[in-house]
Amino acid sequence: MESLTEDTQRSAEAYAERAGSRKAFFTDTSICIGCKACEVACKEWNRNPQDGDLEVLGSSYDNTGALGANTWRHVAFVEQDQDRIEKARESGRKLVSLGMPRVGPPAQAGAAAGAQDGTAPPDTAEFRWLMSSDVCKHCTHAGCLDVCPTGALFRTEYGTVKVQEDICNGCGTCVGGCPFGVIERRDEGIIRAKTERAQSKYAQEIPNEGTANKCTFCYDRLVDGQTPACAQTCPTTSIKFGDREDMVESARQRVAELHQQGMTEARLYGANPNDGVGGTGSIFLLLDEPEVYGLPPDPRVPTKDLPRMYQRAVLAAGGMLAAVGVSFVLGGRR
Amino acid sequence: MAECHPVGFQWVTEAKQRGARIIHVDPRFTRTSAVADRHIALRAGSDIVLLGALINYVLTHDLWFEEYVRAYTNAATIISEEYQDPEDLNGLFSGYNPEDGTYDKSTWSYQSATGRETVGEPGAETEDDAAEPHEFGAGGPPLSHANVRRDETLQDPRCVFQVLKRHFARYTPEMVEQTCGISVDDFTYLANSITENSGRERTTAFTYAVGWTQHAQGAQFIRTAAILQLLLGNMGRPGGGIIALRGHATIQGCTDIPTLFNLLPGYLPMPEAGQHNTLQTYLDSIGSKKQKGFWANADAYTISLLKAWWGDAATQENDFAYDYLPRLTGAHGTYQTLERMLRDELDGYFLIGQNPAVGSANGRMQRLGMSHLKWLVVRDFSLIESATWWKDGPEIHTGELRTEDIETEVFFLPAANHTEKAGSFTQTQRLVQWRHQAVTPPDDAQSELHFFHELGKRLRQRLAGSQDSRDRPLLDLTWDYPTDAHGEPDPEAVLAEINGFHVSGPDQGEPLSTFNEMRADGSTAGGCWIYTGIYADRVNQSARRKPGQEQDETAAEWAWAWPANRRLLYNRASADPQGRPWSERKKYVWWDDEQQRWTGKDVPDFPVDRAPDARPEPDAGGPAALAGDDPFIMQADGKGWLFAPHGLVDGPLPTHYEPPESPIGNPLYGQQSNPARIVLPGKDNLLAPSALQPGSEIYPHIFTTYRLTEHHTAGGMSRFLPYLAELQPEMFCEVSPEFAAEIGLEAYGWATIISPRSAIEARVFITERVTSLTIAGRRVHQVGLPYHWGVGNEAVVEGDAANDLLGLTLDPNVHIQGSKAAQCAVRPGRRPRGPELTKLVEDLRQQAGLTVETGNERLTVPWGEPQDQPRGEQ
Amino acid sequence: MTRITPLEWPVIRQLRTRDSSGRGAAVTSKKTRETSPRTSDADTVVQSICPYCAVGCGQKVYAKDNRVVHIEGDPDSPISRGRLCPKGAASEQLVNSAGRQTKVLYRAPRSREWESLDLDRAIDMIADRLLTARRKHWEDTDQHGNPVRRTMGFASLGGATIDNEENYLIKKLFSAAGAVQIENQARI
Repeated sequence: MESLTEDTQRSAEAYAERAGSRKAFFTDTSICIGCKACEVACKEWNRNPQDGDLEVLGSSYDNTGALGANTWRHVAFVEQDQDRIEKARESGRKLVSLGMPRVGPPAQAGAAAGAQDGTAPPDTAEFRWLMSSDVCKHCTHAGCLDVCPTGALFRTEYGTVKVQEDICNGCGTCVGGCPFGVIERRDEGIIRAKTERAQSKYAQEIPNEGTANKCTFCYDRLVDGQTPACAQTCPTTSIKFGDREDMVESARQRVAELHQQGMTEARLYGANPNDGVGGTGSIFLLLDEPEVYGLPPDPRVPTKDLPRMYQRAVLAAGGMLAAVGVSFVLGGRR
Repeated sequence: MAECHPVGFQWVTEAKQRGARIIHVDPRFTRTSAVADRHIALRAGSDIVLLGALINYVLTHDLWFEEYVRAYTNAATIISEEYQDPEDLNGLFSGYNPEDGTYDKSTWSYQSATGRETVGEPGAETEDDAAEPHEFGAGGPPLSHANVRRDETLQDPRCVFQVLKRHFARYTPEMVEQTCGISVDDFTYLANSITENSGRERTTAFTYAVGWTQHAQGAQFIRTAAILQLLLGNMGRPGGGIIALRGHATIQGCTDIPTLFNLLPGYLPMPEAGQHNTLQTYLDSIGSKKQKGFWANADAYTISLLKAWWGDAATQENDFAYDYLPRLTGAHGTYQTLERMLRDELDGYFLIGQNPAVGSANGRMQRLGMSHLKWLVVRDFSLIESATWWKDGPEIHTGELRTEDIETEVFFLPAANHTEKAGSFTQTQRLVQWRHQAVTPPDDAQSELHFFHELGKRLRQRLAGSQDSRDRPLLDLTWDYPTDAHGEPDPEAVLAEINGFHVSGPDQGEPLSTFNEMRADGSTAGGCWIYTGIYADRVNQSARRKPGQEQDETAAEWAWAWPANRRLLYNRASADPQGRPWSERKKYVWWDDEQQRWTGKDVPDFPVDRAPDARPEPDAGGPAALAGDDPFIMQADGKGWLFAPHGLVDGPLPTHYEPPESPIGNPLYGQQSNPARIVLPGKDNLLAPSALQPGSEIYPHIFTTYRLTEHHTAGGMSRFLPYLAELQPEMFCEVSPEFAAEIGLEAYGWATIISPRSAIEARVFITERVTSLTIAGRRVHQVGLPYHWGVGNEAVVEGDAANDLLGLTLDPNVHIQGSKAAQCAVRPGRRPRGPELTKLVEDLRQQAGLTVETGNERLTVPWGEPQDQPRGEQ
Repeated sequence: MTRITPLEWPVIRQLRTRDSSGRGAAVTSKKTRETSPRTSDADTVVQSICPYCAVGCGQKVYAKDNRVVHIEGDPDSPISRGRLCPKGAASEQLVNSAGRQTKVLYRAPRSREWESLDLDRAIDMIADRLLTARRKHWEDTDQHGNPVRRTMGFASLGGATIDNEENYLIKKLFSAAGAVQIENQARI
């Protein structure tokens, strides 16, 4: 047994004629305008409750904070000075020269270092404001799915990962299984409003309370051939949706294009099949290190270590059995 | 644009990916700046210096589009010998009257080709007869005739081109740096970008929103951009123009079919007592039959409107019931009405989907005004602050008002929303789009159509049988619209009336297909001439929904654009004087020699068979007087106006003045602020002393107000929605790190912002998105304030209203308030509660020595002593 | 309750299908297998226009049993191509928000509270007050004797989400009543 993580190939085949090609998001943060339409369209379609304390969070224009049980698309706002921008450009340049697979085909990456068509690398701005819409990664090797004891989480025919709220018992095992901190158990009770008077009027019942919740990739739209709500609404097409192969391809093209313009800070996240989760179903074009956007730099599916642990456990168990056997033998002699 | 019109911005994003350069000029760094090629921060209110310097750059570097400018603008037209420029008069134009702050505009006139006399307004015998701007409608000012003197060499020192050169000569990159806080490097980048991207092969577009309009000279901001775009040949061409990004679903429609005091539908003016006592004097004032263009047919448009309203009661004998129209006596805008409220001169007020308690400038004055009403009707979706100020408004908290003392009766009537009624919205590009009804309104909710139709019916019932002539206009009104089972009038029937129809003749009852079919003899009726054609062939053209992907980029079969389904105005200018496209790349509308017609990708905005070389008979007037190369068909001489001889009351050319409240002295002229601005002095509308006067230092900083993507204006449609409220839950201010350090503001803590009107509190966002600037050698700090929050108990989120800080000073052309640049003081921490708040505001007023006159002095240069040497160094 | 056939038992499905690890097709519930978009049972879908800014984005409004169930962008629109900003995307909540007040309310002079009022009665009261104010502040001529034939007794201020047809009736009715103080957000 090579891995205890799910065999996505076989999962796909299990759907037989229903099986579709694997779907993915490509979120191009270089054209994100931070409008948060994705957050709202997601909430509206999925009837997710309003989040938070209705107070300024202290994080630029971000007031929802992070992905969670009720917020399945989250837009981060990052304000950076010139120093930070230069570092981002330099770190991206290093990725290019290392020929890292996450930054596109080497041929194009090589061209990025120098300017083409007389295009000089842009002057480093004194300031920039990064915006990026985060979402569940729908990993190739999905930790949440691997650890779910009830079969509530499953791999859909689109290669996405979804919770079946009618099966989930709210055990929360998946929460620890996600290397991105995406999936979360939805609190019971009603959503708090800022003041008492608002509580009465705007109080909102929580659907699926007590179960694990995260982006469904709008499974209920996919089955009807529709685009997920966030991608459908995105004004600038920063969120693109399609077959994963096509998304990876356009992501690589876009990053090469930006490199040609001298924007070596551009890099891909989630497109590398050799990363700790086997690549993701949500690919991002970032303009700085992943940590800057609140993304783990090197996510690893926890179950990836299971085979090794399993072997050790088997060894240990064998040892134990042997010891027990020995003791029996020895004891029998007594 | 990304901030406030995100979906429109998709086209900018796409253009940028195809190589377009996006430059964002704004005091604050917004979501637009984040994705622009460059953000250029400027001091709020200094735009004319920047735009004027670009004009100067284009002229001095000979970068103007010569063929376009010579043929299509009034560059060659000779101006009156009497005209004197602000360069001659230290900031004033000739003709200023210091008594009432108005200009006699006769010295700004064109010279007549036939002699030395000038070309005035038709019917204006004396200067007292000259019209106020609100009397023009938006049809533009008329000329008595179009036979003007020109110097085609552009060398005559009195020709517009030379006047323009002299006027903007001191608007240099250095002046920009000193006044706007923009570096010479940034200015050069901007100037190079737009000039390199203009000409035959390329066009540059300007987009703006209320950041340009909401100033005491907002109309002139846009005029400056118009001059620049004319010089670069960017008007009437694809990818060019000046695009007004209007803020509301049908704010364009609200101007076209206006609920505005000075306009009738189709930009016909409301009649003014004394000047328009008869139909004839009214019609003469709109357009002379001898001037060029389509305003010469205003008689047909007006009489068709009167026929639409009063039907058979409008006859040739009674001048088509012209006397049924009420008359203006000066301005009756929303702020003048507010002053009347405070004087107890107004009994009743209808608020229809509008929240002035939060959304109008000087919110405290608005709420106090409403407390003087006898009755108030609020029609809205939720209990907005304008409906509840009597129980939970800020003045109840300070004790200035006591609920049990307020006599005002308040009616809250729930309104139907956009899914609960059918009707049309006109979006920002004049595209009229029909909405279909999805559901019926809940409970008591009604559409405005239903409510006002019903109200009208009941008024008429009550007056039935009245012999009082004052009641005739109501009783004779055509008001019998078909209704459905719920009593809702058929909106298409109303649309058909707006479109117009034949009253008599062989086609009686049939809809008109174009406004050219309108007649001045009473044989046609039509409620808004520019919308004629929207119901052509008895088809609701605004409901057309041929998918965009099945059409070319003009998408002419999606909805309907006024006028005549034309998508790009003045598109005759997209071809050269001979009628050929300026370039293959930019071809749009051109002359087809074979067909002897104008053709192209859009409905030509020109008489369709007027050949490029056509020259009118000398005595012709109206559309017949347009030469084949007069693309600006609504202008009285067919030309784009670099210099506006009529139509603006504060100058034929834009000139930089400081905002009424500015800590900076005008670096260009002795005249500090627009001398023709409308002032509304009063104890509830105190202003800070402008620069260099004692007390100015009490309010040393500049604040500006703006919107956020997550909210909608005064919040009536966003703060009551949990999904939007959570995204921007609290009122905040944005300040630079330098300023925060200087006065001790803590990140995400609180600040109190104090103006002469009020004090508010806001969470503090310390960010490099706001820049402190060096202006005329001193550091100037700007405070950014979104204005979506208000004090009340009904919304999901509440907060102090930025508009409470603003004073009222109006643009004299359009009576819009300046709300983009004013003075304030800032202190760390939250504001005091209760009466202490009033005391804080009062303390600062006393320190600054404010009186009702402060900041309201119009003239700041010595009168009658024109100075030889203008201020400022050159 | 629907009966599960033995073939649908998870273990059988796990063997029957190739989903050996039991993390795909084998574990789907009946509800999952019968998933459909919540718009699929809408009884009407109409084309509409977003009521927020002036871009004029196309909307598709889904309704069931005379209730709006969903609003999303209309891909047919050449203006918006199916996209909506956060406000447009929230417009279903504009329709169904708990913050909406759908009944008439009346506040009497000096009263501290709202009271309920019949709609028909409210319109009657407003009509009476309008006529009274109109008469009381009627002017036949200005100070120079020029005819003005107007009332200064009442005024209106409209928002800019009022349909063209509605504005037309407001201007027409109020002008006929002699009112001139008719204003709109477009001035602001």
